[in-house]
This record gives sequence, structure tokens and C-alpha cells, in this order.
Amino acid sequence: MQTKNIMIVGVGGQGSLLASKLLGRLLLTKGYDIKVSEVHGMSQRGGSVVTYVRFGDKVYSPVIDKGEADYIVSFELLEAARWTEYLRKGGKIVTNTQQINPMPVITGAAEYPADLVSKMQAEGIQVDAFDALKLAEEAGSAKAVNIVLMGHLSRNFDFTLDEWLEAIEKSVPAKFLEMNKKAFVLGREA
Amino acid sequence: MKQLMLGNEAVARGLYEAGCDFVSSYPGTPSTEITEAVAKYQEVYAEWAPNEKVAMEAAFGACLAGKRSFCGMKHVGLNVAADPLFTIAYTGVNAGMVIGVADDAGMHSSQNEQDSRHYARASKIPMLEPSDSAEALAFTKLAYELSEQFDTPVLLKMCTRIAHSQSVVETADRVEASKAYEKNPQKYIMMPGNAKRRHPVVEERTKALSAWAEDCAINRVEEGSDHSRGIITSSTSYQYVKEVCGDKYPVMKLGMIWPLPEKKIRDFAASVDELVVVEELDSFIEAHCLSLGLKVKGKDTFPCIDEFSQNLVAAKLNAAVPETGAKVADAIPARPPVMCAGCPHRGLFYTQAKNKITALGDIGCYTLGAVPPLGALDTTICMGASISGAHGFTKAQNGAGDNKTVAVIGDSTFMHSGITGLVNVAYNESNATIIIVDNSITGMTGHQQNPTTGFNLKGDPCTKIDLETLCRAVGIRRVRVVDPYNLAETEAAIKEELAAPEASVIISRRPCALLKYVKHNKPVRVESDKCRSCKMCMKIGCPAISMKDGKATIDNTLCTGCGVCQQLCKFDAIQAAKED
Repeated sequence: MQTKNIMIVGVGGQGSLLASKLLGRLLLTKGYDIKVSEVHGMSQRGGSVVTYVRFGDKVYSPVIDKGEADYIVSFELLEAARWTEYLRKGGKIVTNTQQINPMPVITGAAEYPADLVSKMQAEGIQVDAFDALKLAEEAGSAKAVNIVLMGHLSRNFDFTLDEWLEAIEKSVPAKFLEMNKKAFVLGREA
Repeated sequence: MKQLMLGNEAVARGLYEAGCDFVSSYPGTPSTEITEAVAKYQEVYAEWAPNEKVAMEAAFGACLAGKRSFCGMKHVGLNVAADPLFTIAYTGVNAGMVIGVADDAGMHSSQNEQDSRHYARASKIPMLEPSDSAEALAFTKLAYELSEQFDTPVLLKMCTRIAHSQSVVETADRVEASKAYEKNPQKYIMMPGNAKRRHPVVEERTKALSAWAEDCAINRVEEGSDHSRGIITSSTSYQYVKEVCGDKYPVMKLGMIWPLPEKKIRDFAASVDELVVVEELDSFIEAHCLSLGLKVKGKDTFPCIDEFSQNLVAAKLNAAVPETGAKVADAIPARPPVMCAGCPHRGLFYTQAKNKITALGDIGCYTLGAVPPLGALDTTICMGASISGAHGFTKAQNGAGDNKTVAVIGDSTFMHSGITGLVNVAYNESNATIIIVDNSITGMTGHQQNPTTGFNLKGDPCTKIDLETLCRAVGIRRVRVVDPYNLAETEAAIKEELAAPEASVIISRRPCALLKYVKHNKPVRVESDKCRSCKMCMKIGCPAISMKDGKATIDNTLCTGCGVCQQLCKFDAIQAAKED
């Protein structure tokens, strides 16, 4: 099969590493070749972060380039708009509608663009936007936004709910397991 | 068992499987996780050294004692350790010794983009370069075999995209390997008489390694159907080339980057019409091909700046590049990394900016204090340069300046290479003011322990170096501690110490707000009717504070209740949370 490309983007500290870990676990059990590329270090401190997940029969490059992503999962709305050039034709953005102001917006040096979802759609970009923060809070923790989004992304794949939940079991500590499972299901059904 | 492993974790697994017994490293992105991961194997002794030079010398001592050893560092760390590097190249090893070095093309988290491969050639030490996690594991084990077979330390070169990418590996069991120490002054005492006899040994060793490079399995040719072009490549560039070209062109994939084979490359060049070298950063493989008199395409086509990607390689090789996705017309504001809400450095940097202080900075999270709105730093060069630089700056001014210059250095960086600078301040009697920002952890690389924290790499309590005592012992008489959450206290200290006629050290002490043991206060809140929209609270660049409908507002999911903004508000609009 042709390599599938998923980008996970957001703001440093939102939990993109757990999301990619979960995805990696699931794909490994399916026998795919996989590469997951992360950036550690300086950009974790509230900066824009991106994780690349690629899987297929044989994966070479660890990164996804412009025009290649099948899916971009975004934890924050501005970050979704930042990376749209990486989508391939027919690719899709799955995004949280939550807005987190970056420092240039906080200091007044720049403005947070309005109506980003409709503007992206006007450019012909497929956007699946929803309030993942609300669902995460409903599941029990604002921090579960990452799992809610993975739940929503899961609708685009043929893997069963049980397979996803098993990967979650292997990826999160026991005391947070039920909350994360709930978050995943809420995202999947949203 | 098949597992997904980060490149750095795969190196750690390789160390474990190879029977490595001793690891000493200094953290540095993108190398840090090697040592963090290996510390989880009970069989391996692992430690954070105060700097890379110490780490390398400790690892050498361990290999001399007969245990396989390792030290890990980022590219700039190898500069610090270059002194022992060039001489242990002469002595060789007893048990195997491997030196891990991780480059950062693209400078994701570095101050320069240097290419560590030059060190292999300059120091005459062989260098292996993996291109994914499976190779990172395998090459680590191979490095020990080469080290013992050829009596040499071996460099293992990583880069950000290999170190921080996960791919599939298969693990194996650990083997135990150790040797006895035998005294051998001719081999290990590098005074001129002995070193003169060792240098020819080194040259012979390089010849032997070059011969090994000719037919080793890790320098392989992957056949292609189209011989109009042949590509020599390694590391992550290999992955981009294969992604773009598949099996179209023959590819020479180099796993050992120094020394490079001669005949193998000549034969490959002769089998293709056009020879192309694809390598990130400097011309290294290409320079070797040119030295062989081969016609080669390399840096005339590919940049020596920044990291590559598949689209860049495709464009340069005239292959198809995917169509870029659409984007919205609005400008998307940048989201640079920022100092966290509650960061103890913020109060200090605000005070520096307010008093228009010239601050020679250093390497760590606090480098983020250089960006607006704080703009509190004037320089960032390398580990330790703040103190030595401030010494030179104040000496050069010789009292004629405005006496507003300080050095700003973190606790871990101070232990790394600030102490020697401080010795110079004391010994040569400048009246520099040194501020040690002591957040009780190595922050930027992700919370590693250091000699001032009282805990070791494995998390066990250990000797804690007392900064005040150390600074006094060096000869600094004026040493004081301030709490950077207290702006008045911090400002008074800076003013007094700048005015003092001798050198002083101010320790700005508060643990990093992200440390698990740090208890946060309840978030502060804004009483909107008292807020006069003066934006004083915006001057500290706290990500928890923003203006909404003309009034300051605090994000209570981010605010740690540090109270710095409260002290700035002249209208008492920012209030501590009410008690329950």
C-alpha cells in the first residue's frame, strides 16, 4: 500500500506525543512499517509543535513534506491553518476549534485571524472542526483533548473500536485509563 | 520482539545489548534521551557529568578499567570535549569506547549548525552514521566491535531526524564484555616521546579502517535500473533519496562516514554516468570524491544550510514534487516558544529590562528572555560565555561605562563551564556582576538533574554542590540570594551589586515552575472595574495574561499565582485568589 501520512500539530504542552504514541502502538500491531518524527527541546515551551506519523509497507523519510499529508490533526485552530500547505489533494483537516493566543497576539503585535474554519473551507480545504475541549472536560479532564481528537480521527480508519482502546490501554497510566477511554469514545461519536 | 523506538532509545538499547557498563554524558538536544533511556537498564551505570569534557574523560577511564563505555553529547558539546578526543585517538582503548554526538541541522534547538563529521577526520577517529532506529541499535553494537578490533574510540553520529524519530527495531539479549587493566605507559602516557610513537600507529589504523570500509556490509550499494545517475548518501539524506527515487538509480549508502572507502567509490562512480552526493550541511563525502579526482555533483546543487526533506531532494534531482496544499489569505501569526507562566526567570528579566541593563547571556531556557517584550539579553554564544564575556566587557570599560553590565547564567550551565570564568573574575579582579539563575534543574533539555540539585541521573539523593559556598571559595566576597518573584528585592540587589566596587554573585533562586514538587498558588484574578488598561502587566510576556475587550485577563488554566504581575499593577486590579 502507499504510505499514509498523518500530521499531529498543536501547541507545546498539549499532549501530541501521547497521541502519536497511541497511533504508533496500534499501527505496529497491524504489521505496518512505521516512522514517527517528533521535535523535542526548545519548541516544547508553548511553541508551535508538529509530529509526523507515516505508515505503509515500507517507509523511508521520517517527515511529511508539503502536499503529502492525508490527515492533519490539529489541537488548536490557528495551528490547523498554519499547516494546510502540507495537505495533499483530497486530504483532510481534523481540528479542535479551541483558540490559544500566541505571544505576538497577546502583545498586540499580530491579530488572531477570524473565521478560520470557513476561510479554510473557502479555499477548498476539507475541514472537520469541533469543540474537543468541551468533550475532554466532559470526559473528566481538559488535558484529554489529544485523545478526543484521536477518537474523532479514528472514524476515518477501518480499525475497530476495540483495537483503538487496546492501544490506549498500553499507552496511558491505569489511573487515567477510564477517563481516556471515555474521551476517545466521545471524540469518535462527535 | 518488534518495537517502535526513538533513535536515541535505540542507541541506548544498543549500549545495553553490547554490554556497555559505564555511561557519562551531559544533556543536549537532540542527544539527551540516549542517556535517559540507558539509565533505565539496571545493568548499566549511567550519570550526568558536569560537562562533556568530563563525561568523555570519565568514559575513557572506564574503558581503561576494562568496561565498555559511552559518552553522549550534542554537536557543540563535542567542541567542549575536543581536547581529550584528539588524544584518546592516540592512546586507543582497552575495552571498547563509543562517543555519541548528535547534530542539529535546521537548528531546532541549537546556537549553530556545525557538522560533526569534520571531527572524525580531524581527530582520526572512525565515525558511524545510522539512518534509522534499527541501524542506530545495530551500529552502536558494531561500534564496540570496531573499537576493540582497531583499538580506537568510535564516534556514533546522530542527527535530529534520526535521534527524534521512532521506527521499528528488533531487540536481542545483552552480552557481557570486560577486560582487565594492564599498565602500559607507552600507550597511555602521551608525553612527546610516547606520542611520537603513537601517531604512526594512528595513521596505520586509519589505513586499516579504510580497507575495512571497502567491503563492510554497512557501506552498501543498492542497485538501480537507471545508471544515468548514481547517488552517494548517508543518514537521513539516504531516506529522502529513497523516498524520491525508490529503486530507480543505484545508491551507495554509507554507514561509516570516516574513513571513507576509495576503490568502492571509484568503482561506483565508473558504473554511472553522473555521480551525485546528497548530504546535509557541509561538503564531506563530496570533498572526499573530489580528492579522488572524481567529477561529482554536490553542493553546487544542494544547500549547505538547514536540513533537507523529500521535496527538496526531489526538486534538486528534477523529480516530481507534490502540489502544495491551499492556504488561507490571512497572515498566520508565529507561535515562538515562550517562557512558561510562573517561570522564575521572568521577574529577574523584567527587572533587567526596566533598568536597561546590558546582560551577557548563556545557554538554557533563559535564552527565551531575549525575545520581546522582555528583550533582557544582549548575547548568547556558548556554555559559560556569559561570565567570561562580562569579565572582558567590564575590564574593557575600565570604569568608564555606565556600570550596568551583568552575566546571566543557569545553575547547570554554571556547573558546566561557568566556574572557570568566575575564577577569572576573582583572580583578575574585575567588578563584574554575575547572576546565577538557579531554577534547581537543567530546564531546556527537559528536566535533567545536575550537581546543584542534590539528585543523580537515576533520581537517587546525592551530594549537592552549594553554589554560595562554591562562589565564596573561588574568591567572590559579595554573594547574595534573591527570590525573583519578589521584584523589589531583586531590583535592590541588582542596583547594589552593580554599584559595588568589586565582583559579586547574585543567585536568583526559585525552582522551575514545571517541576512536579513545586506547589503553585491559586491563579490570580483581575478586578475588571479597577483595570485601567495601562498594560503594565503585559510587559512581562506572561502567556497567561492577555487583553480582552480592553481589560487585562488571566487564563486560570495557565496562571501559577506567582504574583509578579500583581506587583506591577499600580491600581490593585490584580488580586490573589480568595481563600476558600
